[in-house]
Amino acid sequence: MAYSDKVLDHYNHPRNVGSLDKSSPNVGTGMVGAPECGDVMKLQVKVNPDTGVIEDAKFKTFGCGSAIASSSLATEWLKGKTVDQALEIKNTDIVNELSLPPVKIHCSVLAEDAIKAAIGDYKRKQPAPEREAFSVS
Amino acid sequence: MELPIYMDNHATTQLDARVFEAMKPYFLEVYGNAASRNHSFGWEAEEGVEKARKQIADLIGATAKEIIFTSGATESNNLALKGVAEMYSERGNHIITQVIEHKAVLDTCKRLEKSGVRVTYLPVRQDGLIDLDQLRDAITDKTILISIMYANNEIGVVQPIQEIAKIAKEKGVLFHSDAVQAIGKVPVNVGQDGLDIMSLTAHKLYGPKGVGALYVRRRNPRVQITAQMDGGGHERGMRSGTLNVPGIVGLGAACEFARKEMPEESRRLSFLRDKLKDKLLNNLDEVYINGSMEHRLPHNLNISFAYVEGESLLMGINDIAVSSGSACTSATLEPSYVLKALGAGDDLAHSSIRFGLGRFNTEEQVDYVANKVIDVVQKLRELSPLYEMAKEGVDLSKVSWTAH
Ligand SMILES: Cc1ncc(COP(=O)(O)O)c(C=O)c1O
Repeated sequence: MAYSDKVLDHYNHPRNVGSLDKSSPNVGTGMVGAPECGDVMKLQVKVNPDTGVIEDAKFKTFGCGSAIASSSLATEWLKGKTVDQALEIKNTDIVNELSLPPVKIHCSVLAEDAIKAAIGDYKRKQPAPEREAFSVS
Repeated sequence: MELPIYMDNHATTQLDARVFEAMKPYFLEVYGNAASRNHSFGWEAEEGVEKARKQIADLIGATAKEIIFTSGATESNNLALKGVAEMYSERGNHIITQVIEHKAVLDTCKRLEKSGVRVTYLPVRQDGLIDLDQLRDAITDKTILISIMYANNEIGVVQPIQEIAKIAKEKGVLFHSDAVQAIGKVPVNVGQDGLDIMSLTAHKLYGPKGVGALYVRRRNPRVQITAQMDGGGHERGMRSGTLNVPGIVGLGAACEFARKEMPEESRRLSFLRDKLKDKLLNNLDEVYINGSMEHRLPHNLNISFAYVEGESLLMGINDIAVSSGSACTSATLEPSYVLKALGAGDDLAHSSIRFGLGRFNTEEQVDYVANKVIDVVQKLRELSPLYEMAKEGVDLSKVSWTAH
């Protein structure tokens, strides 16, 4: 199978490889996939709690070159976005950017899932916003 | 050293230049139909074919008349299984094979099942060998054929052929073996091994593609096979079709070189294979060899690099031609059924690489390949969340993954 130049570039020079402290309240961790399916992605975001902006993002991926490239690209895109903007990243954006062939679309889906899982984890860690008390009368 | 390096000799082999030389005149000069009985063009072609028949027979301890030419091992396997099932249908309708056969056997069995043949697919143990007691137990009075490959094309494991033959003989069942991967690599002798029918193909032993043969025993017992293609009645009526004379001459020449050079070549290849294996094992942790090391072809190494996905590894070693059992590299997007059958878990199948050494590989190439693989595996493990978790002491089998 021929890989696009962008996939090769991310494979050869993966961006933002590494791990953040998953116990930190400002860090959200998403781990998706399964070893027996041939791909597992771990994606982490570090969020500035005051601004809601993602200050850092890291990944580690077990998977084919397209899976590595998808998650590497995702970390690039995440940095500087707010948590809510991050949730707008769609797998099709990744497919287009990396020119993934149809058999590799699941790699982009996995990357989108990883983003959602990481943000979800971050949100769960935040203290529940105080709600206005109201009562049914 | 020239790149890329070809180390995928179970898929196919490079044509030996000497084989090509032997074939050449049969394209341009000796172009007659080997079945033409009334002129020299036909006679000369026939002479080439008969010489090849003898060369093949000599390599496997058969007589020339027992060799039937085909278009390759896929056809040979089809002819063997379908031909026996049809010819012996009154005696019985049960065939025994195993789960790690080549698709040319498995899918032929699947088709036979649709026409009322019962097939038992024996499992293999973790070392890739079948269990002889299970084989014995599977035989019924309806069993007409046992088909077990000599050596596997992915893991190179060599089955206990002589023991299987003994059991088959005891029970009066015919024994067919797909010996494609073993011929010319380990001594195969239809007499000593007790084979009744055997498939082989030229392109796995430095011959041309698209030509193979089926050995069909003529004495003790005399095996009969119903032709699966109708036509001019060539090859003692078992396989019609004008013979591929240059291809057949190439197959014969390839067999002759194999017969003369096998002892030396196998020693050399097994030395190189062991060097490759030792280098990988000594420099990387959590590397697993798939299949028995003891009962194995000399030129095969199938290894899983835990926590690294096979296709990404192939991508990193793209100047080396090898293959992987990873789902991502297969047309079906399923990991290798052979590795799955060993019961090691799908994750190790995804992480497997098959090295197939051959006549034209050098020690320098082996060193290069070993170093490159070590390098890329280390790099990919730095990137692998699984490796990180394993190093932290997480038991990966206890994690609840989000399968997709
Ligand atoms: C074990 C085995 N059997 C059968 C075949 C099919 O042989 P051919 O390519 O000659 O049809 C192969 C090779 O692909 C093989 O490895």
